[in-house]
Amino acid sequence: MKKLTQERAPIYEALENFQSMRMVPFDVPGHKRGRGNPELTALLGERCMNLDVNSMKCLDFLCHPVSVIKDAEELAAEAFGAAHAFLMVGGTTSAVQSMVLAVSKKGEKIILPRNVHRSVMGAMVLNGALPVYVDPECDDDLGISLGMSVAGVERAIAQNPDAKAVLVNNPTYYGICSDLKKIVELAHAHGMLCIVDEAHGTHFYFGEDMPLSAMAAGADMAAVSMHKSGGSLTQSSVLLTGPAMHEGYVRQIINLTQTTSASYLLLSSLDISRRNLALRGKQAFANVTRLARYAREEVNEIGDYYAYGKELINGDSIFDFDETKLSINTLNVGLAGIEVYSLLRDEYDIQAEFGDLGNLLAYISIGDRPREIERLIGALAEIRRRFKRDKAGLMKQEYIDPIVVVSPQEAFYADKVSLPLKQTAGRICSEFVMCYPPGIPILAPGEQITPQILDYIEYAKDKGCSMTGPEDADITRLNVLKGV
Amino acid sequence: MEYWFSEMHTPNVKLSIRVDKQVYSCKSEFQRIDVFDSPEFGRFLVLDGYMMLTEKDEFIYHEMITHVPLAVHPNAKDVLVIGGGDGGVIRELVKYDDIEHIDLVEIDEEVTRVCREYLPFTACAFDDPRVSLHFEDGLKFVRSKKDAYDLIIVDSTDPFGPGEGLFTREFYGNCYKALRSDGIMVNQHESPFYAEDAIACQRAHKRIVESFPKAKVYQAHIPSYPSGHWLFGFASKKYHPLRDLDEKRWNARGIKCGYYTTTLHKGAFYIPAYVEELLSNVEHAD
Repeated sequence: MKKLTQERAPIYEALENFQSMRMVPFDVPGHKRGRGNPELTALLGERCMNLDVNSMKCLDFLCHPVSVIKDAEELAAEAFGAAHAFLMVGGTTSAVQSMVLAVSKKGEKIILPRNVHRSVMGAMVLNGALPVYVDPECDDDLGISLGMSVAGVERAIAQNPDAKAVLVNNPTYYGICSDLKKIVELAHAHGMLCIVDEAHGTHFYFGEDMPLSAMAAGADMAAVSMHKSGGSLTQSSVLLTGPAMHEGYVRQIINLTQTTSASYLLLSSLDISRRNLALRGKQAFANVTRLARYAREEVNEIGDYYAYGKELINGDSIFDFDETKLSINTLNVGLAGIEVYSLLRDEYDIQAEFGDLGNLLAYISIGDRPREIERLIGALAEIRRRFKRDKAGLMKQEYIDPIVVVSPQEAFYADKVSLPLKQTAGRICSEFVMCYPPGIPILAPGEQITPQILDYIEYAKDKGCSMTGPEDADITRLNVLKGV
Repeated sequence: MEYWFSEMHTPNVKLSIRVDKQVYSCKSEFQRIDVFDSPEFGRFLVLDGYMMLTEKDEFIYHEMITHVPLAVHPNAKDVLVIGGGDGGVIRELVKYDDIEHIDLVEIDEEVTRVCREYLPFTACAFDDPRVSLHFEDGLKFVRSKKDAYDLIIVDSTDPFGPGEGLFTREFYGNCYKALRSDGIMVNQHESPFYAEDAIACQRAHKRIVESFPKAKVYQAHIPSYPSGHWLFGFASKKYHPLRDLDEKRWNARGIKCGYYTTTLHKGAFYIPAYVEELLSNVEHAD
């Protein structure tokens, strides 16, 4: 048996070995190495279809790993500096939900920032936990919510000493990092667990001079989107745990909702990406940082755009900044971020990650080359030349303090009535309203609807943001609790 | 014993040229560079397996991309060449005494180095005192220029690979901005014949039409290029390529050409019906 080192990729090796055995399939999937679905095989290629196989003895079982998946998880744990790593095939959404389900149950409180991913709220609808929100500070000039301030967490802990865990969103979509180490210490000092939505932080574990990673900060769990900065296939993810978590219990929680037919395309992509990052991550992310720095300087050179960086750091709510994120404030060009996002796509064939009211995020990664960066900068310069307007008339994205009246679970399953949007002020919402991307709730089940929230919904709709969540897809009506 | 260089013009068509010997081969940061000698086409330059120019027919391309705009613009003093690391365009440009300055922006310094050494028939005018060489991304170079040039010549490779950025709307828009109010941009415009090339040709035209008030296309016959039928784009802020052609002025310069004449200039803008249709389909879209 070869020694288990980071040069190995056990799932990938098992798949290669499996292919050479030329096993006759009398199991699922029914396409049987693609033969039963020639059109799909033409699209994806024979190699890909050959790898789309079922769990079996030589390839291990994700639900109860004992061989190659177990080895791959051990290597991942070592690479990330975690006590254990779980390979996930339901996206980081399922990793985040498993964290919430693992640390809380019905009626228990979790302290979290408002700018959490929708998956967190979803998990609370499932298990009946109660959210305690810490207002993320807002940068009024940029119109973005920031990290969690230590004082804010302290206050929430003091007011809710019975809370079970603190959830930190780190880094944010825009690259803003909180003081993770202090927050972890604070949580632990009060007998609470600290869990981290680290969807955008895979590279923190492998690059040099990166913000502190959740595991390094001593967090108890972290959900890491390998498919974002890590290079694995979409929907693959990793859930990391610290020494305080019981591996078997976390596995049970994951198995409540995760598929029993895990895709080996996703699993092998996690395995190979982990190996690549462990062996070559340092160099790869140094290159990403260099490209992002160059792009930031050049974008700022164009004028009016503001591509922000480490100068934002304030020691608290912006404790650190992830330099690989190219976040660009567009307000001084007189255009909303979402408008620049749309122009890039429609006029220049460039797809950015997202645009909100004031900002554009261009995702820079290990797949980028200087020539594409030049296209982006060239296009931004052109957009300014062709479309620049006066700044007036743009509303900033502001933080709206949620008023939680009943638990998300209670509200979600309660009797409700559908009302026209304008008549809902003062009522309790029973569904999510999300501005997507980045998928941060404007309203969550159990929260009171205010006139300010209604104005914001109208405005965001008007600006072309994609609003999702409610039953009524056009958001002309909302479901509210009956009789409350 | 036979040695042949073959280039796939489509997945189903290839052009093969018998080779005497391979003169040079290297891999730069951007692409593979090869130089061959052949009995029929003389010496020729190949980038990433694609024929760029041959000793026998390069004059057609270089004359047509240079003299057409300069027979129209009455007073071109500052010229920008994007690409063109082989030097062929520069060789034609320095024949104009009233051009004061030429910036050449080539992304791959290796191409220029190789051409200086092995293709003296094109790389013969880089040392003219009016020429400044810049080895950087063309899109980046032109981004910082405003109201600075009378003529921009885009002598790019194909829109697949390092040259892709030079077929984009952001590039043409930046060129528009870099030109003076009566400036002209001429570009290598691909072939309209084979399906894949035709799509690239059409896309380029669409983006130029979106960026310039006047955008015409003219043609030449270049035997070593796919289909032999090649197009150039003429985009302009003010001058019309035929109405503003000054034959007398250009002929008085006494520039001797092997392909270009002011008579051919007029004919070159009369393009086949199927090409007209290909291009007009994108001229009035939305």
